[in-house]
Amino acid sequence: MRSKKDITNWGKYPVAEANEFVFDSETNLKKIIESSPSSPFIARGAGRCYGDASLGENIVSTLHYTNILEFDPVRGEIFCEAGVTLEELIEVILPKGYFLPVTPGTKFITVGGAVASDIHGKNHHKEGSFSAHIIYMEIYAADGKIYRASRTENVDLFEATCGGMGLTGIILRVKFGLKKVESAYIKQITARARNLDEIFDLFEEHRSCTYSMSWIDCFQKGSKLGRSIMYAGEHATLEDLDTKKKKNPLYVPAKRKLTVPFNLPSITLNPLSIRAFNFLYYNKSPKNRHVGLVDYDTFFYPLDAILHWNRMYGKSGFVQYQFVLPLDVSKKGLTEILTRINKRNMGSFLAVLKLFGKQDDLISFPMEGYTLALDFAVRKGLFEFLDELDKVVMDLGGRIYLSKDARMKSDFFWKSYPKINQFAETIRKYNPSSTFASEQSARLQLTNHYHKK
Amino acid sequence: MKCVLILGASSDIAKAAARQYARKGATIFLAGRNEEALTGFSKDLSIRHNVIAKFVRFDADDVKSHASFYKGISPVPDVVICAFGYLGDQAVAQNNWDECNRIIQANYTGAVSILNLVANDMETRKSGVIIGVSSVAGDRGRQSNYIYGSAKAGFTSYLSGLRNRLFKSGVHVVTVKPGFVDTKMTNGLKLPAPLTAQPDQVASKMINAADKKKNEIYVLWMWRWVMLIIKSVPEGVFKKLKL
Ligand SMILES: Cc1cc2nc3c(=O)[nH]c(=O)nc-3n(C[C@H](O)[C@H](O)[C@H](O)COP(=O)(O)OP(=O)(O)OC[C@H]3O[C@@H](n4cnc5c(N)ncnc54)[C@H](O)[C@@H]3O)c2cc1C
Repeated sequence: MRSKKDITNWGKYPVAEANEFVFDSETNLKKIIESSPSSPFIARGAGRCYGDASLGENIVSTLHYTNILEFDPVRGEIFCEAGVTLEELIEVILPKGYFLPVTPGTKFITVGGAVASDIHGKNHHKEGSFSAHIIYMEIYAADGKIYRASRTENVDLFEATCGGMGLTGIILRVKFGLKKVESAYIKQITARARNLDEIFDLFEEHRSCTYSMSWIDCFQKGSKLGRSIMYAGEHATLEDLDTKKKKNPLYVPAKRKLTVPFNLPSITLNPLSIRAFNFLYYNKSPKNRHVGLVDYDTFFYPLDAILHWNRMYGKSGFVQYQFVLPLDVSKKGLTEILTRINKRNMGSFLAVLKLFGKQDDLISFPMEGYTLALDFAVRKGLFEFLDELDKVVMDLGGRIYLSKDARMKSDFFWKSYPKINQFAETIRKYNPSSTFASEQSARLQLTNHYHKK
Repeated sequence: MKCVLILGASSDIAKAAARQYARKGATIFLAGRNEEALTGFSKDLSIRHNVIAKFVRFDADDVKSHASFYKGISPVPDVVICAFGYLGDQAVAQNNWDECNRIIQANYTGAVSILNLVANDMETRKSGVIIGVSSVAGDRGRQSNYIYGSAKAGFTSYLSGLRNRLFKSGVHVVTVKPGFVDTKMTNGLKLPAPLTAQPDQVASKMINAADKKKNEIYVLWMWRWVMLIIKSVPEGVFKKLKL
């Protein structure tokens, strides 16, 4: 009766043939997990990771586990089930004067996904990643028990769950702190950088700014290598608003969304069209530093305005390559990688550069230094090219973001995450017979009993 | 403001209806057996929509408990949605009375028992709306699910009789026949997309039917025609079909 479905995440690569299970209570979840003890399960939220982290033979979707259980508008704390999306949370908290403590570049992800990837936002250098704001969470582990975990309770489980890609069990509920805001608007600074030196200076200059990120044009070379636009921002206070916005400071009128209706032919995004786009994009940005007011959607989620934009890459999909390099070698590494991309004419349509602050958690991706995210359509030669980039990243002591990964080799992974042995040990403690495993964890040899039939 | 009682509140259709009524500011009673899920859902509704929402334990099979259950609902409901049901397994039910009886109880006997109480109350109050979630499967018995279908056929007839009786008291009865719905129950089944509705669609159609005093609705218009054709096949031909 139950039939398998083809499931992919945001990059549409790879495709997994999977059973999908849903639950709306602990009791139902237990029934699902205990009904087939032999095959591994993996939790899946909104499927906004790019690769195979939430793919496997048996997917436990959290999308029917979506209750908001407590909202304390005095303390600014929320407690909810793992399947609630950030979009839904904003709808509830923003009218009461709160915003998310950390948000990625899309609001279409779940709270469970935010924890399991320990997501970072444009404010990482000031406010850390998502896990820094968790008060506690509850996790369904392989022994069928529910554990409460925080920085003071079941600490090993807490640490391995933040950024642990679902390998410690199913995150059921999370309580976390929110950020008080006066308005739904952001005071945004836009500034152009002609090359890498200038953009590094801009990041340094804006270190005290809550939010910052920049968009890089990967096609520029020589003295223009690293040409980019920086966006920095602060939550606008009431004083920053004009009289009209002041009347309804926490409300932004709904906007129309565009949709990419089907997979476009893979030729749509070619070096020429990307160059043309980059040219227009750079030149339409203000020449001189510019300060303006934008609503939170425009500032944080520009891509959410185009539904299904991942279809632009065609049927074979794409991968996002996001790496981070230690601060002292960031410039050197970025120069090297951008030059290689150029030589191979591999230019990426979206290339986002951010500066991370210090972070030293068990398996979380961020560390102090620069991170660059690049999108590449899947095609012949790509994976060999990315293996080359991996080598550059590895030699400089950097690493790759698991949430974007679909192809990294396991030896690179084991060498690049310094506390990987401790992480693997905690997984073995809470998930000893790989009750929870994904295609990614099998590829990276984090779980050993993955039965592929 | 309106008060809505939802019987069998953990189904996806029921939850979608609860959300839509809560969005309009209604007080919501979530009645069912799944206490864990429904308590969580009642909190969620109150937080998201700033309304009063409560879980009340209700077991459709336990007809003896129905009178005291209904007495406990206060304020009295303006709208009652009867959304519980049990698809069951036809093949098992043919040989096993327990399964067969469970299907009949959950889809017919239990519904009649609780709606009798609701109907009598609304009749004396001379106001109210009853929404019954029946099924296209009740339109004609087919070998693949006639036990479920016959229970739903009984329920459809019951609702039409009730509508007839309560009309003069100003109480309205809506019969909803959803067809295929994309829910957690059907997740994993391959359903034909054009004939499959989303729970939200079912909910908004039925709320609209309650507001506009429509009597019997299919959710997707195609179903009216599909069922018309199925109903008009002569029995001599129908019995030979593999349906
Ligand atoms: C346009 C776009 C922009 C993005 N920008 C950023 C960014 O700026 N910063 C950033 O950090 N990320 C970013 N991401 C990545 C995204 O935030 C993460 O991949 C996030 O984890 C996705 O959450 P999800 O709910 O879609 O989970 P999924 O993609 O379904 O799953 C992701 C991982 O979380 C695990 N998981 C999900 N739910 C649970 C649960 N309940 N219990 C246990 N494990 C669970 C899965 O097993 C999997 O390992 C971006 C993604 C997109 C598409």
